[in-house]
Amino acid sequence: MPEQTKGLVLAGVGGQGVILAGMIVADALVRAGHDVKQSEVHGMAQRGGSVFSHIRWGQSVDSPLVPEASAEVLAAFEWAEALRWVSYVREGGAVVADLRTIVPPGACRNTRSWATTYPGVDPDLFVDRRLTAHLVDAASTATELGNVRTAGSVILGAVSRFCGIDQIHWEAAIESLVPRGTEEVNLAAFRAGCEVGEATIPVAPAPPEGFSGPHQIEIDHTWCKGCDICSRVCPEYCLAVDLRGQLNVVNADVCTGCHLCELLCPDFAISIHPPSTEVVTAVD
Amino acid sequence: MTSSDSHTSASASAQEPSVLLSGNEAVARGAVEAGALVAVGYPGTPSTEILESISDRTDIDVRWSPNEKVALDVALGASLGGVRALATMKHVGLNVAADTFMTAAYTGVRGGLVIIVADDPGMHSSQNEQDSRAYARMAGVPLFEPSNSTEAKEFTRLAFDVSEEFDTPVLVRTTTRVSHNRGIVELGSRIEAPSLGFERDPAKYVMIPGFARGRRPVLLDRLERLTAYAEESELNLEFGQPPSPGDNSTFGVVTSGIAHQYVREVLPDARVLKLAMGYPLPFERIRAFSESVDRLFVVEELDPLLENDLKAAGIEVEGKTLFPQIGELSPDPVRSGFAKAGLIDARPEAEPAPPTVARPPLMCPGCPHTPPYLALKRLGAVVAGDIGCYTLASLEPLAAMDTCVAMGSSIGMAVGMAASGGADGPVVATIGDSTFVHGGIQGLADAVYAQANITVLILDNGTTAMTGGQEHPGTGLTLQGAETTPIDLVGLCKALGVRDVNVVDPYDLAATYNSLEAAMAYAGPSVVITNRPCVEAPIKVRDQPYEVISEKCTACQACMTPGCPSIVWTDELHEGRKKVTIDPVSCTGCTLCVQLCTPMAIVSVPRKKGGSGA
Repeated sequence: MPEQTKGLVLAGVGGQGVILAGMIVADALVRAGHDVKQSEVHGMAQRGGSVFSHIRWGQSVDSPLVPEASAEVLAAFEWAEALRWVSYVREGGAVVADLRTIVPPGACRNTRSWATTYPGVDPDLFVDRRLTAHLVDAASTATELGNVRTAGSVILGAVSRFCGIDQIHWEAAIESLVPRGTEEVNLAAFRAGCEVGEATIPVAPAPPEGFSGPHQIEIDHTWCKGCDICSRVCPEYCLAVDLRGQLNVVNADVCTGCHLCELLCPDFAISIHPPSTEVVTAVD
Repeated sequence: MTSSDSHTSASASAQEPSVLLSGNEAVARGAVEAGALVAVGYPGTPSTEILESISDRTDIDVRWSPNEKVALDVALGASLGGVRALATMKHVGLNVAADTFMTAAYTGVRGGLVIIVADDPGMHSSQNEQDSRAYARMAGVPLFEPSNSTEAKEFTRLAFDVSEEFDTPVLVRTTTRVSHNRGIVELGSRIEAPSLGFERDPAKYVMIPGFARGRRPVLLDRLERLTAYAEESELNLEFGQPPSPGDNSTFGVVTSGIAHQYVREVLPDARVLKLAMGYPLPFERIRAFSESVDRLFVVEELDPLLENDLKAAGIEVEGKTLFPQIGELSPDPVRSGFAKAGLIDARPEAEPAPPTVARPPLMCPGCPHTPPYLALKRLGAVVAGDIGCYTLASLEPLAAMDTCVAMGSSIGMAVGMAASGGADGPVVATIGDSTFVHGGIQGLADAVYAQANITVLILDNGTTAMTGGQEHPGTGLTLQGAETTPIDLVGLCKALGVRDVNVVDPYDLAATYNSLEAAMAYAGPSVVITNRPCVEAPIKVRDQPYEVISEKCTACQACMTPGCPSIVWTDELHEGRKKVTIDPVSCTGCTLCVQLCTPMAIVSVPRKKGGSGA
């Protein structure tokens, strides 16, 4: 019976060094005498998108992609990315997740609830799936060693205990692939990662109060000369000057009450009222 | 072609090391070992790294072309000049090169001519997922389909031999999972393939109707000989044990390319006929294989080309009723397909991943393309977009692009949009510098010719950013970084007849807004060119970062409107709204948010020194 092919998934955010880490893992596995395939997607990666690298090893590897629910270990460089890929880990497998959170700007859009769509840190998610969870704070460990950018090597150290290959292969791979001049600091980070302890789970802040309805925009057309300053600055695109030069409220239901239009209007033609206030019909 | 006209090919003799190579690096290595002297292409995911991986070789002329058609023209010219030439492109690039490709099948070659086309099933970084194997059938050109890095190298090397032996261009088709998969490859040594020289032969190389009619039967005859070659080819591999006599509950699988790996993964003991050549097909061999099994399956990524060809030849197969025609294959859908066929048990559904945040790619912090789109959104323009990083401006919060179809299409589409009279705002075409050189110049010629009332915004960041920062004829540098003559964009636009051409610094939001507003008001075609370099390539631009003075922040959200990845909410509130913070590590100091901040809450901070590491 040939040795069964094993899989590892690395996941993170563009710029975190996931691709380089994947190359290091693949190189270490080759040095240990395995057949190895490593697959990743370039292209969009450097623009802050999700980045992953699949690595498979064994006697003779066929698919370069890790099938679902079959990976020995998931190494996530970021919390939300750990959740995205956890279904690829086999039952009883391991998750090494950095508690680092990188909130994408798209998670900060809901100006009604003011709640982000970023998932809360909850280690029970892994326990419920019968996975071994190893939650780390690689950035702090790397910073203590003097270079926050070696966090990836710390994570590789934490991952190494689940891959079953000798330490010397890891260290040789790191030495040959990290940028010249950073070999020592990355090796130190890797060794620290091998022994890194569990991170403290941060306390989640209380959710914001929410949205009690849009603020109300009152325009005094006798004073407005249609100069367009307010519509150019409104962050919610509530205002527009039409072809006749008249200012109109075009998105009445999204005003957050920031008062920018009111403050910048040179003619005092705009008043913003809180959601509950009954507004007198605009003077025409 | 006589034998003395052909380059001698030898397999690797000297022991060379085994290394981990991506499919792209392996393809390039195959061309190196085959003695190629010219390698050209236009960058496009997932093909870009092929040329980059051999850019430092002094024994091969490696170049970027302005587009794929020019690349194939250069490669064909080199081939007729007697040297082995490689052209690389992504699937949609072959559409651009298709005109040359179709007729190169008539002219044939002198030095071996190999075209690499990298398909992108699943559209990881593409506008469609067309199946380029169809081009081989349409042109009558042989097609190789490697399934891993070793084959990527070997098939490319061999493709040069086939090209010369049969006097035909050869198509090698990879997919994302072949191009961007690293595997162990045994290196061979490079053969010498000096130029055979050009030989005047108008009947072969001048495709006027009278001569082309003479080449058409040559093409069909060649295909017959290629079919015989495919029937005998030892590269078509059979896996699994032949059935014992009398066993009539057997099945077999015909497959090619990456799909083969998934079949092996799911059914390691199955009988498989793996085709190295996807065209022309060895029907007799497949027929013999089919007669040895009761059920024959075809597993292929994307379209049912193999399946339909086999059915047309009267070979009964099962394919797309079981396996998806949409998107990328992987072991999971292949397993489901065979489970549906009743051959294996379906795997229990994996527990779905918990909900997490969407993380689409974004325009980088400091991207010089962001401010113009913010201005276009404020100006209410109807924006015909194009292909590049800036296509991301179509997403929230900018949401300032209305169309994007093909390289260079923006300008022609804007001309048509203006002609339709159906746009509810001024019509603007937006196009990057590399894309403009690739396919936008003729569009601008048409805008002038039609005196179309449109504005063309050329986003000149001095690189081909989307694919990682490649040089192009507008940058004045070659693939190797050597200086050459750059295109003068302003001079070019004026020479085409555009009277209103303005250059603006996109980091000055007000100037950009005013410049675009004035250009839109101009009657007739106008051009605005933004002139800030990409912040990521060729040089990482990192100015002093900025930070938010929390006490001054009124949480108005104005700085959130460009969608800068460096700016996110904090948990602090002002009048119930969330205040913001800037990540000092990723902030490039472009000042766009500073210009948007009315309470002047954003100030610069000295950058801390940081090292580099993994």
